[in-house]
Amino acid sequence: MRGIWRKVALRPRVMGAAVSAGAVLFYASQAWSAEPSKIDSGDTAWMLTSAALVLMMTAPGLALFYGGLVRSKNVLNLLMQSFIMVALISIQWVLWGYSLAFGPDHAHVLGGLDWLGLRGVGLEPNADYAATIPHQAFMIYQAMFAIITPALITGAFAERMKFSAFLIFSLLWATLVYDPLAHMVWGTGGLLGKVWGALDFAGGTVVHISSGMSALVCAFVIGRRLGYGSEPMPPHNLPFVLAGAALLWFGWFGFNAGSALAASGLAVSAFVATNTATAAAALSWMFAEWIGRGKPTVLGAASGAVAGLVAITPASGFVAPMPALAIGAVAGVLCYGACNLKTVLGWYDDALDVVGVHGVGGTWGAVATGLWASTTVNSAVTTQGLLISGETSLVLTQIVAVLVTYGLAIVGTLVCLGIAGVLTGGVRVDEDAEFAGLDLSQHSESAYVLAATGAGGYEPVTGAAAER
Amino acid sequence: MKKVEAIIKPFKLDEVKESLSAIGIQGLTVSEVKGFGRQKGHTELYRGAEYVVDFLPKVKLEIIVREEQVVEVVETIEKAAKTGRIGDGKIFVLPIDEIIRIRTGERGGDAI
Repeated sequence: MRGIWRKVALRPRVMGAAVSAGAVLFYASQAWSAEPSKIDSGDTAWMLTSAALVLMMTAPGLALFYGGLVRSKNVLNLLMQSFIMVALISIQWVLWGYSLAFGPDHAHVLGGLDWLGLRGVGLEPNADYAATIPHQAFMIYQAMFAIITPALITGAFAERMKFSAFLIFSLLWATLVYDPLAHMVWGTGGLLGKVWGALDFAGGTVVHISSGMSALVCAFVIGRRLGYGSEPMPPHNLPFVLAGAALLWFGWFGFNAGSALAASGLAVSAFVATNTATAAAALSWMFAEWIGRGKPTVLGAASGAVAGLVAITPASGFVAPMPALAIGAVAGVLCYGACNLKTVLGWYDDALDVVGVHGVGGTWGAVATGLWASTTVNSAVTTQGLLISGETSLVLTQIVAVLVTYGLAIVGTLVCLGIAGVLTGGVRVDEDAEFAGLDLSQHSESAYVLAATGAGGYEPVTGAAAER
Repeated sequence: MKKVEAIIKPFKLDEVKESLSAIGIQGLTVSEVKGFGRQKGHTELYRGAEYVVDFLPKVKLEIIVREEQVVEVVETIEKAAKTGRIGDGKIFVLPIDEIIRIRTGERGGDAI
């Protein structure tokens, strides 16, 4: 068991959780007495709750956020992409995703196939990851992260991607980009986290930078929407957007505070940092737009909150409340600027601003972790941030981790889009289908049925009603 | 016989309708329409993307009246629909050649 103690000491996420739970003595005594790890019911309850909270972020949180931002003819398609992602990646994860991401290390890049079909992933804790909860609790918590990440990308190719191509792309992307990246950042022996010492508490690189950069590639490869830049494409339902953003804020406590992997002091610290940064970002985006454009918009406040959540994600378990406030305040203004810049430049049509919010906010958060990470918040921090200690090494490591993530996301996304394109005869729908909207062309459904039925409106073609 | 057509602000509809009832007008047709005149549209702002919406929603009333009622009807609408601000709308008076009540086959003034 001393071996475990040493391994744990090298792992910031797990170590932080253990220490702030006051578990140092527990581990030490374990090491001497060589008793098996004990499941803590409080930790387990919190991790199951957190897993459910993170699930809620994708559906309905992200589904509503994205669904409201598109035109009414595409809302079902956007809702469906988030909803079906829960199903798709849940299966991918238990079959091979979890094993590739968290299984025994291969070359510091990928987990092995040892845990295929969850073989050997049982109810005994895995001390490498979380010593006080059943291994399956850790597994299902991580599944929710694997689900939301490809769902975030759907905002970039919204309103013009074939549903079949979307399914293939998402499955490939989860396997070829997400799983290796999660392993490199969080897995045993992972290159970025364990070997180089980059800090990513809840997924700044793994979730947000990866999805943000992949979104940029998707937007360039798939091209602009028909009429982009010449005809207006306002969001069709801002109440959906605000409800979605509020659900994301709520669910994100599971995402960040849950990443402590225990119901511990560290979880509380991450919870406070998350809420503080989000509040600051909602205000800073709102005021930036108010000053710049004359009105405080609802969409601006909602987008600012999401930008703050994104930015604090990697830092949430490493920074004190005041740095969290600064991270959020900067994120709101920075992401607001990035979204404006996209519109001004018009180089690519990232329909729902995945790049501007997740790519830019995630990158800022990763760098900011290198500025403010502090041993007082999390004793797993071995090198403190630049503004705490004056040392540059952590911030440089963070930047290297960001660049590696950019590289993997860009190359991986090109490969996934290429394969999806070949298998579906081009990932993009034809012009007629795009004009009619994806709800009709991909799903044969309408979100809002306002027309009269019968008499040239709706006529049944099957079933008893059609016989009459 | 004349047709009085009035384009008015939607929130003035009730007031205009009640004023017309008060002077004995027994029927009118209302449509929701869009358009623009001197009053410009509004702007909308979504994450820095600004849109101008040119067409504003208005309500169009159509009332068929006898010659001798025209002045009174026009004045009534003018008074009830007025806010004094830009965008109050316009009133048109047009000649009518014939009126037929479909149910009874009545023609002309009897069919009003």
